Amino acid sequence: MIDEQPFDVLVLGIGNVLWADEGFGVRAVEALHEQYEFPKQVRLMDGGTQGLYLVQYVQAARRLLVFDAVDYGLAPGTIKLVRDDEVPRFMGAKKMSLHQTGFQEVLASAALTGRYPRELLLIGVQPQQLEDYGGSLTPAVKGRMPECLQFALQQLKDWGVQPVPRTRPLAADEHLNAHALGLDAYEAGRPGAEEACRIGDARVLYG
Amino acid sequence: MSVYETQGFKLDNSGKRVVVDPVTRIEGHMRVEVNLNDKNVITNAVSTGTMWRGLEVILKGRDPRDAWAFTERICGVCTGTHALTSVRAVEDALGIRIPENANSIRNIMQLNLQVHDHLVHFYHLHALDWVDVVSALKADPKATSELAQSISSWPLSSPGYFRDIQTRLKKFVESGQLGPFMNGYWGNPAYLLPPEANLMAVAHYLEALDFQKEIVKIHTIYGGKNPHPNWLVGGVPCAINVHDTGAVGAVNMERLNLVSSIIDRTIEFIDQVYIPDLLAIASFYKGWLHGGGLSGKSVMSYGDIPDKANDHSAKNLMLPRGAIINGDLSKVHEVDMRDPEQIQEFVTHSWFSYEDETKGLHPWDGVTEPNYQLGKNAKGSNTNIEQIDEAAKYSWIKAPRWRGHAMEVGPLARYIIGYAQNNPEFKEPVDMVLKKLDVPVTALFSTLGRTAARGLEASWAAHKMRYFQDKLMANIKAGDLSTANIDKWEPRTWPKEAKGVGFTEAPRGALGHWVRIKDGKIDNYQCVVPTTWNGSPRDPKGQIGAFEASLMNTPLARADQPLEILRTLHSFDPCLACSTHVMSPDGAEMTSVKVR
Repeated sequence: MIDEQPFDVLVLGIGNVLWADEGFGVRAVEALHEQYEFPKQVRLMDGGTQGLYLVQYVQAARRLLVFDAVDYGLAPGTIKLVRDDEVPRFMGAKKMSLHQTGFQEVLASAALTGRYPRELLLIGVQPQQLEDYGGSLTPAVKGRMPECLQFALQQLKDWGVQPVPRTRPLAADEHLNAHALGLDAYEAGRPGAEEACRIGDARVLYG
Repeated sequence: MSVYETQGFKLDNSGKRVVVDPVTRIEGHMRVEVNLNDKNVITNAVSTGTMWRGLEVILKGRDPRDAWAFTERICGVCTGTHALTSVRAVEDALGIRIPENANSIRNIMQLNLQVHDHLVHFYHLHALDWVDVVSALKADPKATSELAQSISSWPLSSPGYFRDIQTRLKKFVESGQLGPFMNGYWGNPAYLLPPEANLMAVAHYLEALDFQKEIVKIHTIYGGKNPHPNWLVGGVPCAINVHDTGAVGAVNMERLNLVSSIIDRTIEFIDQVYIPDLLAIASFYKGWLHGGGLSGKSVMSYGDIPDKANDHSAKNLMLPRGAIINGDLSKVHEVDMRDPEQIQEFVTHSWFSYEDETKGLHPWDGVTEPNYQLGKNAKGSNTNIEQIDEAAKYSWIKAPRWRGHAMEVGPLARYIIGYAQNNPEFKEPVDMVLKKLDVPVTALFSTLGRTAARGLEASWAAHKMRYFQDKLMANIKAGDLSTANIDKWEPRTWPKEAKGVGFTEAPRGALGHWVRIKDGKIDNYQCVVPTTWNGSPRDPKGQIGAFEASLMNTPLARADQPLEILRTLHSFDPCLACSTHVMSPDGAEMTSVKVR
């Protein structure tokens, strides 16, 4: 992936794969990449929890499609589509750490610099479990993945992009992420619960 | 209530309690509680890491060659530095030597991360603790231009330029959304800059936001992609191909020249924008020298940036290694990460269990067993803590100690150690800053000193990127294209059992990973991150950690606006995802300040 190549559409997955459903965004963009080929003007990216460091990619995108776990207080696994100006932009000056820069703040920074995507779709899923450290997506969220990918494909088509289903599986070095972090290897390699505590504290579990 | 003395501080928790508790979804964070006397001076400080983290346990049984990819996800921002630390730990355990080119490229990646993190930290997090954005609306663009031209030859400095910036800012403020600047303590009397300096800083906030993307392109070139660059046990995953006949995607001359040009532009931006801004801002705050904490007493650095490959001894490290204790700068102690008597982690005040909690454990023997319980004097419930009881367990951060001492780590620690070793690369820039600001060397031991050291280090790191890029080019021209050593890639070539330690100086301080490998798999993995050191809670002797110490004796201009607390904590560039969730306090007697 060469950085300077211009792109029209950015498909960005946000979240931390180590925290169960928090990894939804990253898993979604990975799955899209595994199943489809895209023309050069489309960039697929695992944004992790990079916060402000994603601003240049957002600025450079004319159209932006984001997958993320979102808390709209809905039933777990509910899909929520949010468009354009409905996507909240928010920033605070009193952050404790740079790492606290949420994605909304990336959007706000891009807006401040006057370089903001013309169109934006957020495909969000209400998570069930965030506090299962080392865990993977819950069935409630994983089960909605195909629908989420369909929403994405439809949006991309509306934007004039024609993804083509892959005819051969990706080679080892073509995945978005290191092999060990890929969904199957990540799930298969998880140590047992007796060996590795999986839970948070009471506030995290019930708070 | 209790009163006692430790490390030269008198702790007294009898006064009004203020709770600062930032809340965020993606990563866990920290909470700070302080007591104030009747003059609003901090007399007690309690820092709580509020998230269970267990990277150690999720790595058990995995392939050590993959650990870097997991550690890269501990934290949103310091991805590369964890990855580097991880591959070094595994190489140390298995006795793998890396080629010179790999060492140069890794150093460039690490230095690049330092520059990038320091720059973004200064402008996009920390500057707003010193710069009153709203005040910039009152600035005279012409006077701002004169100010800018008096401190730097940076070309973007005309009255028209600053007028445009001011107009943009005004539109944001008038639209009712302050954008990035929402929720600041604007107008607080602790802000001391004139409007023109504020406007200049806002202009550079925007320029830095634009420039930082250039810097990270180097990560894409040498790391294959960004974010989350690739790493490799045994070297670096990029091939070098100067004649364009080798592998697709290999680093060719065009790419090498691009890196070179980015390094030049980075040096220019740091030396012509960041450093002059730092000095200009510092000149208005040099009367506010609070926040020193442990920096004038006990500081430590593991060192980093090996000049030659595979030599991790102190003399080969360009960032200094050493420890200073009890404020005695005449003696820099050697630091050995393998010695079980030196680095130990305690859990008496941490939400973990050991068999014997009076003793500390060296990370190779580290245990990560959660044990969440609140002290009998805590207020609130298990799921909604109103007030911490610091006499009991109160943090998800362990308490690491070096030979029993609580230590500060980070750019200021590195600069103090370099200064004490009379290393001109560190001493001369520090003396230049002290002279320019007309302050004594003790002014270094402050929040401002921490912020200044970070800026100086950004410049140092930018110039050192140049050094290693030149070294890499010379080596390539001499015909050495090797970037990886795969002799011991296969687990059958490994001993049945092995242990190793990897270290770096992350932007925010000393970072170590300790690994034990058994039958080709990870048996134990312990990370002691910089914020474990700085954010440490009390230990069995009641000694406080660096965040806690740094807040002691600081007066607040307004008790309900803890600007000074944030300013000092921000000066550490805390990495809380690494070390630490979220609690919301509101007690009757407390001033509760939610930081978002």
